[in-house]
Amino acid sequence: MGPVLAGVLQLLALIGALALAYIPLGNYMAKVYSSDKHWRIEKWVYKGIGANPDAEMTWPAYLRGVLAFSTVGVLFLYLLQRLQGILPGSLGFDSVNPAQSFNTAVSFVTNTNWQSYYGEQTMGHVVQTAGLAVQNFVSAAVGIAVAVALVRGFARSRTGELGNFWSDLVRGTIRILVPGAFIAAIVLVACGAIQNFSGIHEVGQFMGGHQQWNGGAVASQEAIKEFGTNGGGIFNANSAHPFENPGPFTNLFEIFLLLVIPFSLTRTFGVIVGSVKQGYAILATMFTIWLGFVALMMATEFAHHGAALQAAGGAMEGKETRFGVGSSSIFAVSTTLTSTGAVDSFHSSFTGLGGGIAILGMQLGEIAPGGTGSGLYGMLIMAVIAVFIAGLMVGRTPEYLGKKIGTREIKLAACYILITPALVLIFTAASMALPTPPHSMLNSGAHGFSEVLYAFSSAANNNGSAFAGLNANTDWFNTMTGLAMLLGRFLPMVFVLALAGSLAEQKPVPETAGTLRTEKPLFTGLLVGAILIITGLTYFPALALGPLAEGLAS
Amino acid sequence: MNNSVTNTARLLGAALRALLVLTLVTGVIYPLVVTGVAQALFHNKANGSEIKADGKVVGSSLIGQSYNLPLKKGQETPDADLKWFQGRPANGLGSNSLNTQYKLILSGATNLSADSKVLIKQVEDAKAAVVKDNSVSGYTVKPSDVPADAVTSSGSGLDPDISPAYADLQVHRIAAQNGLSVTQVQKLVDEHTEGRTLGFMGEPRVNVLELNIALKALVAKK
Repeated sequence: MGPVLAGVLQLLALIGALALAYIPLGNYMAKVYSSDKHWRIEKWVYKGIGANPDAEMTWPAYLRGVLAFSTVGVLFLYLLQRLQGILPGSLGFDSVNPAQSFNTAVSFVTNTNWQSYYGEQTMGHVVQTAGLAVQNFVSAAVGIAVAVALVRGFARSRTGELGNFWSDLVRGTIRILVPGAFIAAIVLVACGAIQNFSGIHEVGQFMGGHQQWNGGAVASQEAIKEFGTNGGGIFNANSAHPFENPGPFTNLFEIFLLLVIPFSLTRTFGVIVGSVKQGYAILATMFTIWLGFVALMMATEFAHHGAALQAAGGAMEGKETRFGVGSSSIFAVSTTLTSTGAVDSFHSSFTGLGGGIAILGMQLGEIAPGGTGSGLYGMLIMAVIAVFIAGLMVGRTPEYLGKKIGTREIKLAACYILITPALVLIFTAASMALPTPPHSMLNSGAHGFSEVLYAFSSAANNNGSAFAGLNANTDWFNTMTGLAMLLGRFLPMVFVLALAGSLAEQKPVPETAGTLRTEKPLFTGLLVGAILIITGLTYFPALALGPLAEGLAS
Repeated sequence: MNNSVTNTARLLGAALRALLVLTLVTGVIYPLVVTGVAQALFHNKANGSEIKADGKVVGSSLIGQSYNLPLKKGQETPDADLKWFQGRPANGLGSNSLNTQYKLILSGATNLSADSKVLIKQVEDAKAAVVKDNSVSGYTVKPSDVPADAVTSSGSGLDPDISPAYADLQVHRIAAQNGLSVTQVQKLVDEHTEGRTLGFMGEPRVNVLELNIALKALVAKK
């Protein structure tokens, strides 16, 4: 069997596994967020918080909950890093400097997991497990909570109520993420991922002498790093490190983990709005884009254009032998089309066009299938835009799921889709225009520009992967990517929740013969087109300067 | 005004309590339970899949090593010890710059682009070395025989494996260097070649450390 056929078979196996999980997990998540019953452990948690989980919130109250929880999260994680030097269980590592602490705190709270530090030489056990891993859980739970609030906005009418943030946060963590991550962590250990607290220790070598290794709670963090579409690894090499991702099976399993919640949430959406077909239409849109990107990535990586790759006879630079080109390509697309940003191979050494596919994947807004929660709400915003465009074509007030898309709704959706491109392009342009930031580039020419464009596409879209040659541990990049992550996470959430509130207040409009059938393949086609055209027009000039220039020259 | 300050403070208090409670669940209980289960059920794997030869730990089956001669005077990079099977280049591997009480291995890739002149040179130099080192009397390696993994650095810099093609290419050299027959060494490589998981996952590969341990045993028996 050739590597191409093996790659295709791995893709089919992955699709099969995702399809098997879709209905049970999607239905389960719908039940989690609709049930009236509280688990006993959750009641203790609510008592600890001092919140009434049954109190309904309007959109401003829900938003205040999100922002308060995230603010406290940033401050806590910042302090934990600043105090690392005097905390026990820190392996003797020093405190992290202020700019990097800010960047890392923001990065993990925003579900980005951009890392300007080298994991194995910077963060001790306490910061990893009690700081970073905690945000891997709760930032994912916040994302799902906001998505569920938007779905409730579509499902409910004549009310401003969107549910209770504390209850959504706690249920997402305790009923979905913790059990899923626990099972996944045990599977990973069974396959060779490490899980210990033995700190840094010496291990003998074949030729004599010793190697020094970090121990750590790797499997437990790896599991939630993928399952919560986070991406911040314990080791610098991330999921390319054999202790995080020991073999071909774990590689596919990790890809499955990072895709399964975002895809299955479309089922949850369908169930809550009372039409699983609407969920299938959204799923079909996500799946079409994801599959198309995987096919393009495999084609360009197997073709291995680029002088160095031609000289080597294959695109194996930055890739591990046990994964090979096929499964590394699937991972690269899946991690950049979700907001994961974990890597099992290093995107900077991909072909020029391959790197461009990774960048474009993030720039689409990470909606195919996107991050936990953020993928669904991002895609629903695009659906609102697509419905609006269709409405313009036929001269009819657009509706989606029985709700009118009026002036207020379309303004909020338009603000949402403008924020991230503005952040990406302004920060990239500023970095290129100033004298010192370009010194951070490792490569020169078009690829050097791509490193900066990648960095801000990744930060503003809350992805976290990188063309990692860029030296991002400077005051400029720590501060600016930090700001891009903060604004790229929370400004869109403001508009999503405002939109949810406005939809929930409406009374439903009855479906007529003139209503656009949003559960049909025609709408999926329209939606895919709208996404590609809107993003394409926004980013084409920047992409032409970077990855397209590099790819077409090779 | 006063009211809104109180409300904000109350909200932040609730948020802090929520964070602390969830930290207890996901940041303390969760990793400890996973560690407990992992250590009880998969003790060796959870601690890094260490392997022993002659009763001594010689590394992890998951972590690649270098098989080099000791540094000569004035040398910056050591020469490969051609008696042993060689792994992939690891030009992205670093050593730690912070907390220098440790000599940690810092995993990583080169991150050089596909059109990078530096990378082209690295690949060409590596290819020339592979051709030169592995061409022994009666067996000439052509540049086109050299597989991609032999001349490129992996993502982690710690790749424990090489492709079967690269292992096969080293057989004649290993046989000549150790006074073994080509058939013996080829048999050893074949025994250590692992196919794709379940026939289709990942790529076929040879674990270099395990192969060298077996080679050492074979040489000792002779």
